Order: sequence, then C-alpha cells, then structure tokens
Amino acid sequence: MGGMHGLGPVAPEPDEPVFHADWERRTHALVIASPTRGNIDAGRHQRELIPGPEYLRITYYERWFAALREMLLKGGVVTPAEMASGRADPAAPKATPRLAPEAVAPALARTGSYLREAAGKPAFKVGERVRARNLHPVGHTRLPRYVRGHVGLVESHRGSHVFPDTHAHGAGEDPRPLYTVRFTARELWGPDAAPRDSVSLDLWEPYLERA
Amino acid sequence: MAHDHPGDHDHGQAPPADIALRVKALESLLVEKGLVDPAALDAIVDHFEHRVGPRNGARVVARAWSDATYLERLRGDATVAIAELGYSGGQGEHMVAVENTPTLHNLVVCTLCSCYPWPVLGLPPVWYKSAPYRSRAVIDPRGVLAEFGTELPADVEVRVWDSTAEIRYLVIPERPAGTDALDEAALAALVTRDGMIGTARL
Repeated sequence: MGGMHGLGPVAPEPDEPVFHADWERRTHALVIASPTRGNIDAGRHQRELIPGPEYLRITYYERWFAALREMLLKGGVVTPAEMASGRADPAAPKATPRLAPEAVAPALARTGSYLREAAGKPAFKVGERVRARNLHPVGHTRLPRYVRGHVGLVESHRGSHVFPDTHAHGAGEDPRPLYTVRFTARELWGPDAAPRDSVSLDLWEPYLERA
Repeated sequence: MAHDHPGDHDHGQAPPADIALRVKALESLLVEKGLVDPAALDAIVDHFEHRVGPRNGARVVARAWSDATYLERLRGDATVAIAELGYSGGQGEHMVAVENTPTLHNLVVCTLCSCYPWPVLGLPPVWYKSAPYRSRAVIDPRGVLAEFGTELPADVEVRVWDSTAEIRYLVIPERPAGTDALDEAALAALVTRDGMIGTARL
C-alpha cells in the first residue's frame, strides 16, 4: 500500500501499551509458539491472502489470528473438525515437539540468519543503475508495487538471502543476492516531490534488471 | 478519531466481541493437543512486555554517542555491535544503523507489513503497523513528520528506509546540544522510540 492516498491520518497513541487486550497477548504468543512458526514468509503470505476490504477492516492481531488458524489447517496441524468443535480428536496426529517454557528465552534471544551461501557472483555492483522489474506475481513477493518500473542506484550488496517468493510457498529457500536500492523521491512520485529526498528498499536480484 | 481506549486501532473500528473467546478456544485446543504449553505463552508475553523495548535501543544510541570506537563497530556490523550490549534475536538478525546529521534525516517504515527491530525497540506501536503510516511514509515523509510535530527545513534531506527484506534499520538520532556532561545512562534517557524510528528529532 506504499504511496496510496486516502487511508487517513497517522494516529499516535500517548503511552501506548505493548498489547491492548489479553487476546492480543495470547495471539502474539500463539503465533510464536505454534508448530507453524518455522516459516516467516509463509505467515506473511497467509496474512496477505486476507481479501483487501477485510484486511483493512479488521485489526492487526485479528489478521494474525485469522492467518494462524488458516496455517494450522493448511499444515494439517489442526483438522477442520477440531477447529469447528474446539476439541482435540484423539486420532489426529500431534507430532511436533512443543516449545517448552524454559526454551522460550533462548529461542527469542537466538539470532538466526537469512544469509545463505549462494553459487555465482551478484549481477549488480554498488553504484550501478537498476530498474525494478514490472512483475505482478500471483503469489507472495516483497517487491512493492510503487517501485515497479522505476530506476534506482544500488547502494549496498547485502549478501544472498532466503528468497521469500519461493520460501513463502514451501518451494525452498533459493537464496538470491539482496541489494539496498535507492530511488529518488522524484523518480517515484514525480516533479512535486522534494528534490533531494529518497526511498531505499531491500530488493532481491530477480526483482531487478540493468537500467 | 478516538484512539484512547483499549481495543481501538488504526481505523476506529472495534473488533468483534467474540475474538477473545475465539483466541481462548484456539489456545485450549492447541494445549489439549499438546502443541503449545501455556507457560511458554506466558514467557513469550513477558519477553515482549518486559524484556525488549525502546530502552534497549536507547542504550545502543547512548553508547554510540559517547564511545567513538563503539560507533565505528556499529557502522561496521550493527548486529554484532548491538549484541555486545546483550540485544539479539528474531527481527534483529540483520541490523543496520542509519545516522541523522544536521542535513540528513532518516525515517523507517515497512510498507508491506510491520517489520520492526524487536530486540532493540520491542513490538511496534499500532500507528507504525497502520495503513495510514505504511501508505504515506514513503510518498509524504515530511507530512507524516509534521503530524508528529517535527517540521523539517527544506534543506534537510529525508531518506526513507522501507524494510522490505530481513534487514532492520535503527535510526541514530543526533546527539542533542548541551549534553557533553551527561553520562551514558543520562543520555539514554533522552532517546525516544520515535527518535529511533525517525518520526521525531530529539
């Protein structure tokens, strides 16, 4: 939704609590502790599958809750009958080891990495002009609509990172070079934008072409 | 728009009353199936309410202000430099520090979802995750800053960082004038969450 108009003013809340209700606490914790926790991209994709009008109508943690239910069903962790009744089916599998209370602190402090060894050299160099490709995949992508077709400069090469477009769909990590690409505000938004302002995004190589 | 009572959010519509019951039912089911442990859920909630939050980031900023060698390490590899102070974990795997100067102001957003550096800032405020911020921060950063009470002069360059991958950005605000005599703890007390997102200047 980057660059859209008409979505209203930003409304900061003074002294905002971390959570606004107990069900938000439990939803956040369930998402982190549930057997579906292993694939962050799949979780993001599941939340994106909420139809636009519904997505905008419901709250943030309602989205998390709706997506968690879908992921549990899709993954076969909970059966539709169990979800409907709220009662466990003794015949249903429960193979996943659960997160133990004493494992929570180490798990939350552990710094994983999305950086991977990748074959081959990155295609683009720092300082090079690149165009964000005009791609409109049906599935998950992290290429925002507002940069597609626009030209920017490669600011940094961040190494090869897990590629969300495949990972979200269970199609493997397929690591690809990741770049920070800087676009001038005028390139993105036209002549009324402030002349020296810019927007930088982290974009995987398949999103880019030489300009 | 009212946004001062619990349960309110970015577009003024209260969630259905049964959401609390539905969440409770799902938790009970997953507990009954042996898939989650309620005590683990309590520990996770405790982590996000008490162990992470902007005080962590403020310590990083205060250290960067007062120790030039630390600032160099932060510039070299922010993930490692931040871990020196004991802050690490999910949503902080690949940290980058971006520094404000008198002529450059940095602002962080995630237009695609709600990416935010949890180990140093905790969970994001509702406005950061809201459609208005996500849509406008990239096209009208100066307008958004003005709504936060930050009027930027035209000669200050604005750089917006849209966290589209797993890189997480932490804004290092400018050290306020007249703070030479302050120690690190006193400096950290000056650093605000919004200053580290970039919606405020200190």
